[in-house]
Amino acid sequence: MRALFGRMSNDIANPLALIAELTHRCPLHCVYCSNPLELQNRANELNTEAWTRIFQEAAQMGVLQADLTGGEPLTRIDIIELVRAARTAGLYVNLITSGLPLDEARLAKLVDAGLDHLQLSFQGAREEIATEISGTKSHPQKLRVLEWLKQVRVAVTLNFVIHRGNIDQIEEMLALAESSSATRVEFANVQYYGWAFANRERLLPTRPQLDRSIETLKSAQERLRGKIRLEYVVPDYYAKYPKPCMGGWGRKLMLITPTGDALPCHAAKVIPGLTFDNVKDRGLREIWEMSEAFQKFRGEVWMQEPCKTCDRRELDFGGCRCQALLLAGDPAATDPVCSLAPTRGKVDAILEAVNKPSAAEPSLTTPAWLYRPNPA
Amino acid sequence: MIPDPNSKPRLAPGCRLGENNQQRVLLMPERALRLNGPSLEIVQRCDGNHTVQEIIAKLQQIYSKAEPKKVETDILDYLARLHDQRALDFA
Repeated sequence: MRALFGRMSNDIANPLALIAELTHRCPLHCVYCSNPLELQNRANELNTEAWTRIFQEAAQMGVLQADLTGGEPLTRIDIIELVRAARTAGLYVNLITSGLPLDEARLAKLVDAGLDHLQLSFQGAREEIATEISGTKSHPQKLRVLEWLKQVRVAVTLNFVIHRGNIDQIEEMLALAESSSATRVEFANVQYYGWAFANRERLLPTRPQLDRSIETLKSAQERLRGKIRLEYVVPDYYAKYPKPCMGGWGRKLMLITPTGDALPCHAAKVIPGLTFDNVKDRGLREIWEMSEAFQKFRGEVWMQEPCKTCDRRELDFGGCRCQALLLAGDPAATDPVCSLAPTRGKVDAILEAVNKPSAAEPSLTTPAWLYRPNPA
Repeated sequence: MIPDPNSKPRLAPGCRLGENNQQRVLLMPERALRLNGPSLEIVQRCDGNHTVQEIIAKLQQIYSKAEPKKVETDILDYLARLHDQRALDFA
């Protein structure tokens, strides 16, 4: 059994998934939001027709899956039409949601329109931490959504975003998952870009916390085999080698922002000097194959040492370009989380600060949360 | 797990057949599996109407040149793996 997502050749194949950021509007204000620091408002969002055309073009070029996300995709009043448009185009339709602007009737309509898979995000297993992280009272509604999901035929993933404040509650999260209809649960540690980068001193778990969480999830994986597929994403600051970010730049994924810019990854706009094409001006295939942003870090020609001659360069593609920019100041540098990177010391310094005994509890000098606002 | 020969496998919610560049695939959350020859013959019959035993018998008929016991073992193994991926339920 070979996963299609796991084996693509090095030439420009078509992307396999389209990440459709339908909006930046969101009732939550999570301190680790993956949206850019500069948020777009409703007036600039692509309309129903534009998204319908994007889904059709994507399916024609061989894309298999559409991830409808945001912001909160359910804030779009045309979300039912958008799900139907993506499914009709021939795509597998994922909805990545907080579950907030949802009721039982709307859920039934989404499923009728062709929704294949709903990913419900959780900020924790307890209300207090969820409220602190999201800056909103949201947890009780999510528990209601879990009950409604038992009544409809749709794949369900629970997505727990993990960080220092909730990593010790994984057992409770597992219990919540086991009481639901989810067949897949992601425990994804926060990735440190954008809002999360601003809040990283309070979000990074300590080494002992991380080790315990890995043990807990290993044994849970055995126990739940055949019931729930568990996936764990550890913080790459603790890794020996970088993650193959986005499966390689311009290799598998294409992200469309609420205003129609086509990006190789969520955070690509932080890289200075990159120009992005907009789906209002050019077709999807042309953008994928030709646009400067997708070409820039595709393949290997852009690589520096030690990546350039490294045996792992086809496994991790040099890691994450945005992280290289954030930590090494150069988007073409080796991802600083790599143990072979000349700038690894910067990551080690951050980890050292986090793992100091005095850092375990927030103090008066701990920076306050920077909450992600709603776009104006 | 070893699938019960009398159970009827059915694709789990959110798992369905699709096509990509003339290649049949099994679509599921965050994943897509290529289906070729035998795997397509198996998955097409995971509709809640065929028992595991019936699927084995049919494949043994289609692939009559293969060792029947080997066909059976391969199918049971494949179904078990699809179940572990949460792509299948057994009714």
